[in-house]
Amino acid sequence: MAKVLMKGNEAFGEGAIRAGCRFYFGYPITPQSELAHFLAKRMPEVGGTFLQAESELASINMVFGAAGAGARVMTSSSGPGISLMQEGISFIACAELPCVIVNIMRGGPGLGNIAPVQSDYFQATRGGGHGDYRLIVLAPSSVQEIIDLVWEAFVLAEKYLNPILMLGDGLLGQMMEPVELDEEKEFFIPLRPWAASGRMGGPKRIINTLYIVPEEAEKHNFKLNQKYKEIEVKEQRWENYQTKDAQLVLVAFGTAARVCKGVVDYCREQGLPVGLIRPITLWPFPDKAFDYILSLGTVRYFLSVEMSTGQMIEDIRLAVDGRRPVHFYGRFGGMLPVLTDVVKEVKKLLLKEEP
Amino acid sequence: MYKKVFARPKALEDVPFHFCPGCTHGIIHRLIAEVIEELNVFEQTIGVCPVGCAVFAYNYFACDIFQAAHGRAPAVATGIKRALPDRVVFTYQGDGDLAAIGMGEIVHAAARGEKISVFFINNSVYGMTGGQMAPTTLPGQVTTTTPYGRDREINGNPVRVCEMFSVIDGAAYVARVSVHNPANIIKTKKAIKKAFQVQLSGLGFALVEILSACPTNWGLSPAEALNWLAENLIAYYPLGDFKIPKEEAKNV
Ligand SMILES: Cc1ncc(C[n+]2csc(CCOP(=O)(O)OP(=O)(O)O)c2C)c(N)n1
Ligand code: SF4
Repeated sequence: MAKVLMKGNEAFGEGAIRAGCRFYFGYPITPQSELAHFLAKRMPEVGGTFLQAESELASINMVFGAAGAGARVMTSSSGPGISLMQEGISFIACAELPCVIVNIMRGGPGLGNIAPVQSDYFQATRGGGHGDYRLIVLAPSSVQEIIDLVWEAFVLAEKYLNPILMLGDGLLGQMMEPVELDEEKEFFIPLRPWAASGRMGGPKRIINTLYIVPEEAEKHNFKLNQKYKEIEVKEQRWENYQTKDAQLVLVAFGTAARVCKGVVDYCREQGLPVGLIRPITLWPFPDKAFDYILSLGTVRYFLSVEMSTGQMIEDIRLAVDGRRPVHFYGRFGGMLPVLTDVVKEVKKLLLKEEP
Repeated sequence: MYKKVFARPKALEDVPFHFCPGCTHGIIHRLIAEVIEELNVFEQTIGVCPVGCAVFAYNYFACDIFQAAHGRAPAVATGIKRALPDRVVFTYQGDGDLAAIGMGEIVHAAARGEKISVFFINNSVYGMTGGQMAPTTLPGQVTTTTPYGRDREINGNPVRVCEMFSVIDGAAYVARVSVHNPANIIKTKKAIKKAFQVQLSGLGFALVEILSACPTNWGLSPAEALNWLAENLIAYYPLGDFKIPKEEAKNV
């Protein structure tokens, strides 16, 4: 097992290559461009295709075409580019095609800035475009986890025939960490009898998103919804950190979760019973993590720590369902939550009732 | 025994078209299907159909087919062709689709020299959405969004697509044809065939603009519509080859 130093953005690329992805279409935008630079070099080495599109409108529709023709395909972008892709993502979700989309979030709204934020949470977890659909949203919080989850992303995409969104931020994308790369795992591309790849003697395949008859559209929406329900049951992922006897449980993902792990360690040293739930799937949101912790009976508060003005907190409140108070601490616009400030919030809650 | 002189091409499904009476979309569908059969590429052909009156193309063409978002067919076709370079990929796009909302995608597909065949149906209006102004609507032409006639001061000028694409490197074959009478229908079929042949010989991007009638939104009878096309559309959009593959150009 070789340990190599790798940048987060490059890890998305290397992970994709190792997962058998051979097609990438994208348009440059900071802070994810290293991913494109990396794949521009790497794709030709493995006989794959890297194509710089003229816009994100084009890149997501190239993804639609390649995925519908049966290819394992990926794109990446950030804020404004992901917004432009939404029509295409909605089409891909409707047509039930597998693909992986990476969003290295940047400050918004508008052009915002290129600093790390988590303010695309709503867009990511609510479908993002028009219509009733969901994306599976994966939120790695280390470079190693990027490599591991990209593999997983392609597996999930093809298992459920659904686009997968990987959510990172500028910090995760830019930072370098040592990663362990397995000997290259054998990847496997399942048969795609649904792909419109030319009949070649077989039956006709149509990749379609038009359901002009309401009865048929309802049927299709119902089918999609059944799939989403199955995903909600089967695919929730999260990490518990020091939650067993915790009276205050922080909830944070991605970069914010890294800060929060430090907070937990610091608080524990001071004898404060603090733990962390780190959602790895943002959709499906890991409700089960909350049911489990509430069943232990020790938790008194939840504190959502986000790099936004408070988006994930809505899902936490839905999961906790009034059983405990859910508090919020956030930094935004590209500012990071700092350990000492989060600790202050923790103490405010935990120590206010102490005699 | 009689010789069969007319049959439904294999690339066309045995279902009735939904188009309005006198609409020439149906003729163009048939020509494309005939060419696919004549070139013997049916099994490897993948179509990309637009949002527009031809959105149901997937019910009519018997080959594998994608229904793309409005204007994005060239990007979808690029993804398909890059994934499957040995397949034959065509797009079928209206003037709103190709020359308004999808202008970015088509220009760059041409500039990249994507080896796809594009059939661009210019009927000078948005058919599907109720006869609004298209980028190709003629000056003075009345549409539902230019009730006083297209005014260049307000609505700008029509886009001449072939002229524009004639100067794009990467576009190997660019031609404008029409389907208003049998002689021109035969020429249109030839152009469609050429567009596929250009793709098959790997020469690059091919675009055939086909002037087409929309009697419904022009407010004309089918016969009047064909006359109107001949007199007005062709006057603004002259027919002919705008770019032919280099090798052929040398021999001329
Ligand atoms: C993003 C988006 N905007 C608008 C529409 C509505 N729309 C559907 S077809 C169309 C225009 C069709 O006109 P054209 O491309 O000329 O084809 P025709 O119907 O005349 O064959 C429009 C505006 C849409 N489907 N998607
Ligand atoms: S509205 Fe026009 S383009 Fe559409 S089917 Fe009718 S005649 Fe043809």
